[in-house]
Amino acid sequence: MIRFEPREHVSPLRRVAAPVVAAVAALAVASLAIAAAGAPVLEAYGLMAKGAFGSAFAMSELLARATPLIFTGLAAAVAFRAKLWNIGGEGQLYAGALAAVAVGTGALALPGPLLIPTVILAGALAGGLLMLIPALLKVRLGADEVVTTLLLNFVVILFVQMMLEGPMKDPMGMGWPQSEPMLDEAMLPKLMDRMRVHAGLILALVAALGVHILLKRTVWGFETRAVGENPEAARHAGIPVTATFLRVALLSGGLAGLAGVGEVAGLKGYLTADLSPGFGYAGIVVAMLAGLSPVGAVVAALFIAGVFVGADSMSRAIGVSNYLADLVVATSLICVLVSGLFVRFKVRIVRPGTGRGTA
Amino acid sequence: MTVPEEAPPIALSLSGITKRFGALTANEGVDLDLRRGEIVALLGENGAGKTTLMNILFGHYVADEGEVRVAGPDGTLVPLEPGSPHAALEAGIGMVHQHFTLAENLTTFENIVLGTAPLLSARLAARAAREKLQELMRRSGLVVDLDARISRLSVGEKQRVEILKALYRDARVLVLDEPTAVLTPQESETLFETLKALAAQGLAIVFISHKLAEVLAASDRIAVLRLGRKVADLPAADCDRQTLAELMVGHQVTMSRREPQAAGEVLLALSAVTCGEGRDTVSDIGFELRAGEILGIAGVSGNGQAMLARLLSGLERQTSGDIRLAGREIRAHDAADMIRAGVARIPEDRHRDGVVGAMSVAENLVIEEIRSSRYQRFGFLDFRAIADRAVEAIASYDIRCPGGSAVARLLSGGNIQKIVLARTLDASPSVVLAAQPSRGLDIGATGDVHRRLLEARGRGAGVILISEDLDELFALSDRIAVIHRGRLSPPRPAEELDRAAVGLMMAGQHTEDAAA
Repeated sequence: MIRFEPREHVSPLRRVAAPVVAAVAALAVASLAIAAAGAPVLEAYGLMAKGAFGSAFAMSELLARATPLIFTGLAAAVAFRAKLWNIGGEGQLYAGALAAVAVGTGALALPGPLLIPTVILAGALAGGLLMLIPALLKVRLGADEVVTTLLLNFVVILFVQMMLEGPMKDPMGMGWPQSEPMLDEAMLPKLMDRMRVHAGLILALVAALGVHILLKRTVWGFETRAVGENPEAARHAGIPVTATFLRVALLSGGLAGLAGVGEVAGLKGYLTADLSPGFGYAGIVVAMLAGLSPVGAVVAALFIAGVFVGADSMSRAIGVSNYLADLVVATSLICVLVSGLFVRFKVRIVRPGTGRGTA
Repeated sequence: MTVPEEAPPIALSLSGITKRFGALTANEGVDLDLRRGEIVALLGENGAGKTTLMNILFGHYVADEGEVRVAGPDGTLVPLEPGSPHAALEAGIGMVHQHFTLAENLTTFENIVLGTAPLLSARLAARAAREKLQELMRRSGLVVDLDARISRLSVGEKQRVEILKALYRDARVLVLDEPTAVLTPQESETLFETLKALAAQGLAIVFISHKLAEVLAASDRIAVLRLGRKVADLPAADCDRQTLAELMVGHQVTMSRREPQAAGEVLLALSAVTCGEGRDTVSDIGFELRAGEILGIAGVSGNGQAMLARLLSGLERQTSGDIRLAGREIRAHDAADMIRAGVARIPEDRHRDGVVGAMSVAENLVIEEIRSSRYQRFGFLDFRAIADRAVEAIASYDIRCPGGSAVARLLSGGNIQKIVLARTLDASPSVVLAAQPSRGLDIGATGDVHRRLLEARGRGAGVILISEDLDELFALSDRIAVIHRGRLSPPRPAEELDRAAVGLMMAGQHTEDAAA
């Protein structure tokens, strides 16, 4: 028999080590799949590492891939801190992208220095307002936000498809369902010549720092933590619980919206319905790997991005499907959840019969 | 020990029981023998190791050292397999937990036979079980409706079902964990009469308690635990309250005394207030609270006092009637408003409503005032001010913790209550609402709570004390009202009431002559 006994004190080292161990465990589990595909495991991982970190180009790809993941990771981390289960990062990302395209394709005639902030603001606002809907349904009607945020993702993506087939379709797009291109002045600057990494990364890092300060050093963060940890006690102590939920929803949705802004205004230049390969959902994994820490989210986003970029490169070289990346990401979420158990509990194996515990 | 020479045989023997949880030693070398037909009270403060000891006995925990031996049917002592509740049941040990383990949606009968009858048993077995139960009820005097759904039973009835369940499994040793915690004084008396009758039939009984009065009244022998060790094992006839209290605490105990004091102007007035639906309601409640008085509200929990507390805490809005605070009508239900209006609220469930367990002691000390300019500037927290406040409060309220940055969850109940007291009472409130403020606390912490409430009264605050503990109510209250099924009796001066009268009113016998 196995018994779980809660630990009284959790050392910070254990807390930090847990996600690292989880990530390694996920890679180990995925190596079974590589072996099953008939490829040499070590070589495959070597190629993955090279593909993710091996050259300036690889690094640029890694950072470009990490940018939306930092945003969606922060979005999930902020919401989860308040125990607001925002699973709708994907939909908010598209809402942000749609708003960025709506503003940035010539609808507003503003000079560049004003246009870029307007695009960013519009995207954040769209994501935030979208998240406000399930948050209001939660506080007013008690609707479970896991369900509402998840389902809204499909609503938003269908809406985006409708817009791209209809009013927002690019007349010059040779019939493809895509938006008109962003104005050049509305595009985020590139960070390096002929590389894809863009200023969205700077924005993401600033956002991570901002969220860190917000949670740690402000009344607002204090209230968010209190509501997340114990809403009853927070309400009893006079903290505006409903308002806190709504603020967190706006912020969380806004951050996810910024991921969409970065993708259209930093990378693609126009909107298609396959803009995101699931960045919204991967953000949840990022947040969990990061232990809901905003700074940790940056590191976790780099790891997940590295897995994706590296797997692409590896699959080109030795023909193992790049679905392997999804496998690693999914496994690492499971591993981090399991490792959380080991952080909080001591496991004792009890031999039946004697009932004596051995650690 | 004064065991007569012809002592009945030993039914259960614990020897040298030691149990550690990490650095904490919950039990250390505890020996306890229990004889047939004997009622033993296990007395001790919270954290003294009473429940741990009984959980070891019942197999929920495994002792690090020591042995439990139980008398078999032939009377010889056999070691009990540790860590197995199943083995304990087999050996004839029945346990009645503080929180009942009954399936609410099944009937009494189904609950009792649950787990004993084979899954595919025929009606015949059910009839035999019924006959056995009828016989048990006749012999023990524990009468319950076998076909009533558990959810329809009162707390006292549920407890009877739990005891019957143990007897049905042929328990020879019965363990009860804080059996009177949820009962009215009258129900407790009935329980102890039943236990005495059962003991007379040869059952060995251990009950856990921290209430001195009932321990003295109901047991043959009293074992006192302190900090995990057994410090006394005495015949009940040789004990008195003062000795027991000192044995429990380990030092001299002084009780706070209420000095006579004239009440001032009306601070809080409720008239015809109705709120809530279902079990936890208040209906048509009215009273006035004056400066410098403590108004005790007695009642068995679940009779509307939780709703009354929520109402006055600003968590609930009345459906009708009005609440006036210093003459001003309270309309909005907003905890922050109540805090600003000078109402200190000590919640009944301090772990759920009192503190955010995952946050630090310091954060919990300032949580009600986090938006005041004392602790923030432009929305940024003033960590120095928060830390200074923690140092000050930890010192003046003697909060035992490693420091202000310690996580509140790790503190004991008494120290968590001190956080709540420091937070609410240091703001010099005009009205104090204390809901079950000493529930679950040990004698020392209870003394602190009482002293602080009397200090608030002395300062001229009006205090509402909601409690089930008659000793506490009579020690502190200037006036006492009783709440039963959501209705509040008119408050009367404590001197005009006695325990029996209040006890009857708590049980619903709302008669004027009961208070004679």
